[in-house]
Amino acid sequence: MATLRQRFQQFWIGWPKRQAKVIPTPQETRSEQMVVPPLDIAPNDPIVAYFLSSPGPVEVDKLHLDSPALQAMKVAGVKLTIPLVSQGELVGLLNLGSRLSEQDYSADDRGLLNTLATQAGPAVRVAQLVREHQSQARERERIEQELRVARLIQHTLLPKDLPALPGWQLAAYYQAAREVGGDFYDFLYFEDGRLGIVIGDVTDKGIPAALMMASTRSVLRAVAQRLITPGKVLERVNDSLCPDTPPNMFVTCLYAVLDPSSGRLQYANAGHDLPYWRHSAGVSELRATGMPLGLMPGMKYEEKEVMLAPGDSVLFYSDGIVEAHNSRRKMFGFPRLMKLVGEHAGGMDLKDFLLDQLAMFTGPDWEQEDDVTLVTLQRSEGYGVSEIATRSTTRADESTPTPPSDAINRVPTDPWRALGEWRLPSEAGNERQAMKLVADAIQVLNMPTKQLEELKTAVAEATMNAMEHGNHYQPEVPVSILLRCSETAVSVSISDQGGSQPIPDPEAPDLEAKLAELQSPRGWGLFLIKNLVDEMHITSDETHHTIELIVNLKGESHASKNS
Amino acid sequence: MPARTLEAHVRHQPAIAIIDLHGEVNALAENVLNTAYVDAESQESAAILLNFSGVDYINSTGIALIVSLLARARKSHRRLLACGLSDHYVEIFQITRLVDFMSVFPDETSALAGWSVTAANE
Repeated sequence: MATLRQRFQQFWIGWPKRQAKVIPTPQETRSEQMVVPPLDIAPNDPIVAYFLSSPGPVEVDKLHLDSPALQAMKVAGVKLTIPLVSQGELVGLLNLGSRLSEQDYSADDRGLLNTLATQAGPAVRVAQLVREHQSQARERERIEQELRVARLIQHTLLPKDLPALPGWQLAAYYQAAREVGGDFYDFLYFEDGRLGIVIGDVTDKGIPAALMMASTRSVLRAVAQRLITPGKVLERVNDSLCPDTPPNMFVTCLYAVLDPSSGRLQYANAGHDLPYWRHSAGVSELRATGMPLGLMPGMKYEEKEVMLAPGDSVLFYSDGIVEAHNSRRKMFGFPRLMKLVGEHAGGMDLKDFLLDQLAMFTGPDWEQEDDVTLVTLQRSEGYGVSEIATRSTTRADESTPTPPSDAINRVPTDPWRALGEWRLPSEAGNERQAMKLVADAIQVLNMPTKQLEELKTAVAEATMNAMEHGNHYQPEVPVSILLRCSETAVSVSISDQGGSQPIPDPEAPDLEAKLAELQSPRGWGLFLIKNLVDEMHITSDETHHTIELIVNLKGESHASKNS
Repeated sequence: MPARTLEAHVRHQPAIAIIDLHGEVNALAENVLNTAYVDAESQESAAILLNFSGVDYINSTGIALIVSLLARARKSHRRLLACGLSDHYVEIFQITRLVDFMSVFPDETSALAGWSVTAANE
């Protein structure tokens, strides 16, 4: 074989079906051997069909086909070519130029070359497969390296520690999918004790998503230090991101600010999945409208707020959990998640509870399709009573700016202590819920039945008033109820969000006029309240009305004196 | 906690119709109350007795509905009576002065007896 090879000018031509991976001509070491550049053969070149149908050596000069490859071979001086075929596929050509002796190739030469080609074909195919495999391995390694970088970026930027807030439990969970997505969350700490909570999702995956996440996080952190309201923060972040955001890429993001001392949670949403708020009356979505970040400049973001009562919890999440599928291709879904948040009865951490439920749903062989991110916020049941009590003078007047958190315990002389705080959706019938919550919470005071019934009805009427006239029966706009007591009295403050409309003074209804049908038969609420409690105070600011009901615990009740 | 509806059943007795009420007297009770009232006055009874013994909640909107019924009764020179109210709702009827325009009895028996005496005297 060595002798034979020395006598021929030989070179390889790449397999026509793999034009992008042309097999280079083996490096020849002998000076007399001609080096011919690799030759690509188009898949539709007629010479391919000819080689497959005519195995064995082919004399190039005697072949007449309308074939660019054949023409190139002739130009390159190829005299004899032997197709290398493996399993019915043309994997290469053994091309030879003129013999050094200038003689034609003999029958023996052709026979020998044919035998060589028969053995070389499979060998070349194996070599090609090895080369392809190596190329794929390099590509896989490149992708893995990119994923490692993306994961590194994400893990570097996610918070290392959870906020430690007395009376609150925060938990976070982030599990990247194999193809790293753009989920992120963040906690921002403000000097006045408030806490910013961010959760977001970049549309893309891999390094582009990780870089977008990093820039969003940085811009948001910078803007949040200068601006207070979540809606304004998102507005500014959007305007900053828009010029540099690639087309078809955007970020959904929810930004909330918690005042741990009062439980007030302000939030704005740039197209992110709606958080779920679990409260004493069920589960509500925290809705606020706004476009995702990075799509269009000049966007406005609606801003909402809720008051989180002891025992309340909020789940912030990304779409990875709701879009998880089980083995039957059934999706976890929003309704299931919302239901589970409602079923979570406390005790076990909400995050762990949801992850357990997700694991049960997907089964052990689940291949995670997208990042799963959860951030949970829970206000401790019963904890913070003393805090709220010391802050209650501030809370009772909603127009007073919230003092910094270190003001807690600075008011030791405040006689009030909180017995409960609730938020109820403004839905018809929920005044009964308010009655029950207050009645249950003041059982410890052993109020006389008559006084208790009077207070319950007053609470129901004030709640109904707040739901109907203040919040216009919009379920997502809650009525806030704060129950406190001192040594001598019980106070119930009931607030709505209809501050722009004044509450009329409670006048005694003219029953004769009503019976004569000269007046509407309605209009009893405030009159009843006033006559059922010892004191009634109405305060308003631009956004809230608060009716405070006070019942004295000692001595004859106001209503009893009236009757 | 969704608002509960009111159920009303009318019993006709000589000269008086009794409307037995069960549930909550709130905004949802309007149609039920009006339908029962129309049924109750269909026999031209001189009096209609509202039996609240099955009622556990009356709010200010419910008070307004009762005021409406009282206005209709007075317009047609019919007596409207009430019985079965808890002590608390008797107090509410006192605060709203409904007791000035409708007799309130502890239970149905005393209401029928009281009405008989009143009717005999008139």
